[in-house]
Amino acid sequence: MKITLNNRAEELDLNQPTISIEELLALKSFTYKMLFVKHNGVVIKKEDYPVTNVAEGDNVEVIHLMTGG
Amino acid sequence: MPTFDEIKSILSHYTVGIAGAGGLGSNIAQALVRAGVGRLIIADFDVVSESNLNRQFYFADQLGRYKVEALKENLLRIRPEVTVEIHNLHLTSQNIPVIYPTVDVMVEAFDVAEMKRVLIELFASTFPSIPLVVGNGMAGWGNSNTMAVREMGNLYLCGDGVSEVSVNLPPIAPRVGICASQQANVVVSLLLSKYFGNENNP
Repeated sequence: MKITLNNRAEELDLNQPTISIEELLALKSFTYKMLFVKHNGVVIKKEDYPVTNVAEGDNVEVIHLMTGG
Repeated sequence: MPTFDEIKSILSHYTVGIAGAGGLGSNIAQALVRAGVGRLIIADFDVVSESNLNRQFYFADQLGRYKVEALKENLLRIRPEVTVEIHNLHLTSQNIPVIYPTVDVMVEAFDVAEMKRVLIELFASTFPSIPLVVGNGMAGWGNSNTMAVREMGNLYLCGDGVSEVSVNLPPIAPRVGICASQQANVVVSLLLSKYFGNENNP
């Protein structure tokens, strides 16, 4: 499955047509404690990561948020 | 190109929300008041402490005072005609939609990353048409050229995106000021773009 992840083309080797945001974060080792996710331009709430599916051609942005201000 | 009087007159019609009155919020508020923004809505629960004075827009004789009250006083000394609505409380996902529904642009100026995420997710779902300007990564010193503005649709991320505050990487006035000024600059640019187009992008 080909997607765009943080503005880079990414090819995922999957046995299924879609992958949840939660699975994608684990697969790509996004281990930051605090982050937010945009899927096809829409901000996805953390509680919706397991039920939001990423499919062929989708655009996902994962942004690390850090303390300071 | 417009004169400053024209710019100020346009900005006077707008309301900007600021969540947090610390290193980012207090300095953003100062910049926006000087630029001529008509109305600010600012919320914070904290009091001014000595460790704040290395970067926040407060003075030694204001130690122990509620930040929102001290900030309002300081802003009115700059421009007495500005309207500053203050809320002395902990912002939560419950009260944010009640306090900020009328803003033209919203500014995230929290310290804690968790609250940055709460505000981003809340504004995306509740007020998707209101631009949100976030500060993300401004600890330490130097590396001036890593401070940048990243546009993600209606969301603008300012800062370096990597430097997390810690004991050995504290927030200090110059770099916090760069981030705060980038956020204020995005706000001014968004408000003026309605009149002068996107010639100066955020």
